[in-house]
Amino acid sequence: MIESFYSPDDLVALWISLKLATLTVALLLLLCTPLAWWLATTRSRLRVVGEAMAALPLVLPPTVLGFYLLLFLGPYGWGGRLMHHLGLQPLSFSFGGLVIGSMLYSMPFVIQPLQGAFQAVGARALEVAATLRAPPWDRFFTVAVPLARRGFITGSVLAFAHTLGEFGVVLMLGGNIPGRTQTASIVIFNHVEALDYSGAQRLSITLLVACFILLLIVYGANRHRAEVAAVA
Amino acid sequence: MTEPAQRSMRLGARRLAVLCLLALSWLSGPAARAEELNVAVAANFFGTLQKLAPKFEQASGNKLLLSSGSSGQFYTQIRQGAPFDVLLSADSDRPKQLETEGLGIAGSRFTYAIGTLVLWSPKADVVDRDGKVLRGGAYHMIGIADPRNAPYGAAAQQVLTALGLWETLNQDKKLAVGENINQAWQFAATGNVDMAFVALSQVSDGNAISGSSWLPPQALYTPLQQDAVILTRTGKRAVAEAFLKWLRDDPQAIATIKAAGYHVAE
Repeated sequence: MIESFYSPDDLVALWISLKLATLTVALLLLLCTPLAWWLATTRSRLRVVGEAMAALPLVLPPTVLGFYLLLFLGPYGWGGRLMHHLGLQPLSFSFGGLVIGSMLYSMPFVIQPLQGAFQAVGARALEVAATLRAPPWDRFFTVAVPLARRGFITGSVLAFAHTLGEFGVVLMLGGNIPGRTQTASIVIFNHVEALDYSGAQRLSITLLVACFILLLIVYGANRHRAEVAAVA
Repeated sequence: MTEPAQRSMRLGARRLAVLCLLALSWLSGPAARAEELNVAVAANFFGTLQKLAPKFEQASGNKLLLSSGSSGQFYTQIRQGAPFDVLLSADSDRPKQLETEGLGIAGSRFTYAIGTLVLWSPKADVVDRDGKVLRGGAYHMIGIADPRNAPYGAAAQQVLTALGLWETLNQDKKLAVGENINQAWQFAATGNVDMAFVALSQVSDGNAISGSSWLPPQALYTPLQQDAVILTRTGKRAVAEAFLKWLRDDPQAIATIKAAGYHVAE
């Protein structure tokens, strides 16, 4: 039944989108947690510079961001030459390149909620933990992270949805290659370009419904936990 | 490392290699000798090539992987090492340029389709057979593709200039400019403009044109030649050549291209 509703290209593209969004979120959480923690706690003057830079990917039109990444990661750019020195293929037009592009493109959506959540934790809770002789890493993982849970959830959900809907960056950097860099949002665009509107609608509805259900689950679970915490 | 340890590692590596080969042969299925050709195709020809692809695959046993996009985007990507084997462009300038830059194989370029410009409205009785409606001025807006990026937009500008209407229409802000020819078509199809300059291939089913339309005389604009070229970095030159030869010579292919609203070079 699935095969009659979607074309094989649709299914492959949905799978690539899902892989891309999951991997992007996982890597962004690893990368942005220390960055956001630093932005939330530092008194350095470099903080404003860091905040400004973390918001920059929002400014450029996605195709332009994709174009610069293409130059950077291509065989003549720094990124591409570095890969060459390491004996590897350039990342442009590969799934790995899409992961890098998506991470850059969705980074503000993870950093900003995390920074806000860490700031809301405040110094007080951590000081109390310190007086109970919790070492710094323990204070971070058992006090700051659980208290900043909402920030982690919001950041993950936003980055996941943003990556699913990403178009300009993946089209420019990935080259729209079926089975490799062709994501669901690009297939929707292809359907529209080929004037196949019913094909476009099938995939669009799929993305919308899937994301809606995902958001419902995440926000629902979050609300439930918040209520439990409030009662306790 | 001791001798037996080395031996068992070597055996392990061999077993792994055999497993990998088995997995590969399973993935590629029974037609293991079939090659895959990465084809970058201009958006206006994408729908037509989707119809052509299964026919070529049946005739040759090789598979086409189609990537749709704008010719300008493909040109940039090919210069950055994009892994395409063949480019079917919407113009002849970029394939020519790729050829001179050594990125396209010299001598492989040919015109696979010639586009026809049409002034079109989805409604009957809006556009007359002689295009007099343009001078009448009894309309709100006309859609065109961006003349700077899209060949059909440039052709529309040439027609309007030849009719002496380009300046006035611009001054009166009566032109809705789409990013490409598909957007121009969408403007008209959704009723947001009264009519639009589009490609015949978008509005013809091979016999009749829907709605109402005017075909501007071919003398008013530069022929919309769409060229194909094999890219130098391809590792599948023989298959690429076979594909282009099929596209140029196969009666079935030519019939499909013509039915989609294009001419072919004689």
